[in-house]
Amino acid sequence: MRAGVSPPTAESRAQARARLAGLGFALPAVAWILLFFAAPIVIMAAYSLMPLGPDGRPGPLGLGAYETFFAESAFTAALWNSVVTTVVVVVASTLLAYPFAYGIARLVPKRWRRLALAFAILPFWTSYVVRSYAWLLALSPVGFINHALLGLHVIDHAILFAYNPQATELGFVHFFIMLNALTIYANLVQINPHYAMAARDLGASAWRCFRSITLPLSIPGIAVGAFLTIVLCIGDFVTPQILGGFRGLLLPQVVMMQIQRQLNLPMASVMSLVLTLVVALAYLAMQRWLRMARL
Amino acid sequence: MREEAHLVVEDVRKLYGEVVALDGVSLAVGATDYVVLLGPSGSGKTTLLSVIGGFAFPSAGRITIAGKDVTALGPAVRPTTTVFQDYALFPHMTVAGNVGFGLRIRGVAGTEQRRRVGAALEMVGLTGFDRRGIHELSGGQRQRVALARALVVEPQILLLDEPLGALDLNLRRQMQDELLDLQRRTGRSFVHVTHDQEEAMALASLIVVMNKGRIEDLGPPQRVYARPATRFAATFMGESTQFEGRVAERASGQCLLVETPVGHLPVTGNLEAGSQVTIILRPENIRAEAGGEIALGEARVREAVFQGAHYRVLASRQSPAQDFVLRLPPQAVIEPGMALKLSCAAGDLVLLQR
Amino acid sequence: MIGRLRWPGAGTALGALYMALCYGFIFLPVIVLVLFSFQSGDLPAPPFNGPSLRWYQAAFADGRLVDGFTNSLLVGGSSSALSVLLGFFAAYGIARYEFPLKRAIQAIVILPLAVSYLLIGMGLLVSASWLGFSPSLSTVVIGHVVVNMPLAFVICLAQLGEHQRRVEAAARDLGASTFRVLFSITAPMIAPALIAAFCLCFTLSWDETLIALLNTRFDVTLPVVILSLLRGGVSPLTNAAGSFIFLCSILLMVVVELLLLRQRR
Repeated sequence: MRAGVSPPTAESRAQARARLAGLGFALPAVAWILLFFAAPIVIMAAYSLMPLGPDGRPGPLGLGAYETFFAESAFTAALWNSVVTTVVVVVASTLLAYPFAYGIARLVPKRWRRLALAFAILPFWTSYVVRSYAWLLALSPVGFINHALLGLHVIDHAILFAYNPQATELGFVHFFIMLNALTIYANLVQINPHYAMAARDLGASAWRCFRSITLPLSIPGIAVGAFLTIVLCIGDFVTPQILGGFRGLLLPQVVMMQIQRQLNLPMASVMSLVLTLVVALAYLAMQRWLRMARL
Repeated sequence: MREEAHLVVEDVRKLYGEVVALDGVSLAVGATDYVVLLGPSGSGKTTLLSVIGGFAFPSAGRITIAGKDVTALGPAVRPTTTVFQDYALFPHMTVAGNVGFGLRIRGVAGTEQRRRVGAALEMVGLTGFDRRGIHELSGGQRQRVALARALVVEPQILLLDEPLGALDLNLRRQMQDELLDLQRRTGRSFVHVTHDQEEAMALASLIVVMNKGRIEDLGPPQRVYARPATRFAATFMGESTQFEGRVAERASGQCLLVETPVGHLPVTGNLEAGSQVTIILRPENIRAEAGGEIALGEARVREAVFQGAHYRVLASRQSPAQDFVLRLPPQAVIEPGMALKLSCAAGDLVLLQR
Repeated sequence: MIGRLRWPGAGTALGALYMALCYGFIFLPVIVLVLFSFQSGDLPAPPFNGPSLRWYQAAFADGRLVDGFTNSLLVGGSSSALSVLLGFFAAYGIARYEFPLKRAIQAIVILPLAVSYLLIGMGLLVSASWLGFSPSLSTVVIGHVVVNMPLAFVICLAQLGEHQRRVEAAARDLGASTFRVLFSITAPMIAPALIAAFCLCFTLSWDETLIALLNTRFDVTLPVVILSLLRGGVSPLTNAAGSFIFLCSILLMVVVELLLLRQRR
């Protein structure tokens, strides 16, 4: 033993054991994520650098597929549609969900609150595909909504409400109202009601109290809901496919076409990565508020 | 008479990163002592308990139990068991399942296990509770189950981490008596952590006052209360009047004269003339009459608070300024502004070096 | 806003009206779905004639739906079990031990929560094609574990607090080994959360479409079957299948709710 190196103490041995045990327990999960999440994305990124030529044969290695993507107006239009749809859905579902969640948290008597919330998210548990399909039924020319409007003589002939971007947005908003109501509610009930009581006690009006106490404190809940909405909405294929039809395609629909019709995996990879980049930018922009939620 | 040391803690240090939790703690405890580790939060008392229990290993130093070095042993193989702050009962097991757990680990099964579980439950007054679930028990009952679970495996030392913290005052008093009784009947040493000095005095045969990872004072409760070794121990053990002063002269041998705002006070001690010192005096040792051994002069009552068994009186005098805290009998007639002549006995003055 | 209204009940009334409208909007498609699953005609649209169980019989007799159903059970069951197992172990390691890179490891484990299913599905598809694996249900299982294990991890981690740490310490103190503590104390102690995590993972896997669509070809899961049924136009058959799935999910969530309720007691 060299001078200066002390023999291992019980403490240092315990620490070494803890390091091994901790790593050992975490290892399977980490390995799974690295192997089946991180590595595939790296492979996909590599694929995106091996573009296919117009004849379907491998072209030169490089950013060719990215150049093609940004040069092709149909592709950039789909990207733009995806971004616009997502923004509309985030804004609409947050604005609609907030008063809803606030109502459950503040208007519903305490013992009924859990039930009210459970009901508010009940349709959440229908299959995602089936939910979009149900909207299709409601919006179709022979559907429930046309039936009701015709019966009330609001319209005199059936209208096709489905197969347009608005139908997609409606389907999304329906889903994300539930999600946002959940995250905002979870945040609202964590806010100590004494804060608002103290503000009222100090003479603040109900509106003032809401604006300067409750609303700022509920920003983390809003941020988490909004970020989840962005992640899930921008990458979704099912809702636009069922409700949106082929007018104003969204990028995930184009991705599926690249895979199923063009068999162009490199281009599909490019598109998926571009979408992920958009999500990452959204994350960076919202980081401040997301941190507050301590996910 | 101190018996031979059973648990010995020798110069134990514990670091958590840069933070020093224990800074050279030494302690010797007899086999039937009731030790109370007393201190504010962050004083290191709980760290010391977990180092003794084997839940944390010291960065330096040694721990021996019954002459055997246990420094490197984990909790499972130490002759200690712990009663945790929130009892840490196994929520998915019955009372009997909890109490019998340690026995099952030790391979004690069947009727022998049932007999010993029954005996342990009887000892804590829970006979017939075997099949109850943990959620059906009150706080005091959970406490007893935790005690039975820890004692049934016959540890040499029982460690208790703030065991009474979650109980209300009446129940706490009752549990204190039961803990003392249990300790006498089992004849084992208990090491008990608390921040409540009344609890410490009620239970301890040996009080260890801790602060900032060090032991400030250590001894029987009467001594630690009446003649604390440090200013921290003095304040933590209870209120007192403090006279700041300077050693004026060494009269003869151990007898010093200290110059204070209330005049020269005679105390025993071994300090050079000119040393800065504090003299403390417990409230119940101040007499509100002139007839005492040492006159402390006159002070005016600032505040008198009725506390049931006595009045707690704050008094003070000007030029030179000095505050007093004292106790007067409940039948006394006291009003703010009243003048009191104060005195005390020489033996009650405690000298502390600054 | 509410404060400026003239009489105090108005805010509450307005709020109640708004909430009623929200509930109406949220339930509209579910009502359409379930109602027309009992349609006896061929079109899931008004007028409603029934009720009839005709389309439920047809759904249970439909080979594709039944195969999709069993495949979904298989994928959901195995991916959820794996998710909970891996997530529980990882949470235990993170909650109970100090080791280097702990924060980084935790971030890696929950990273998939912040990523679109499209990216995960595409990554697996491209990798499988690069490695020459043909699309299969096992790829879907792998993908669902990537998606759900972080959730199980977060749920378990939230359950392994300081109180639970002391309960485990008490068991070690009485002589139990690390694995004995893990299996006879920790796991039973947080069993309600483990079961709730399993059910949640199961419903999410059961419902997941995109990863399943990208990574399967012949053997497909139920949502993919339903998606392909839609190509043939709307039919009460889809309503019946969808309503049945809905019922299964609700039952699972009731189980979760009861478990969490019992635990909170």
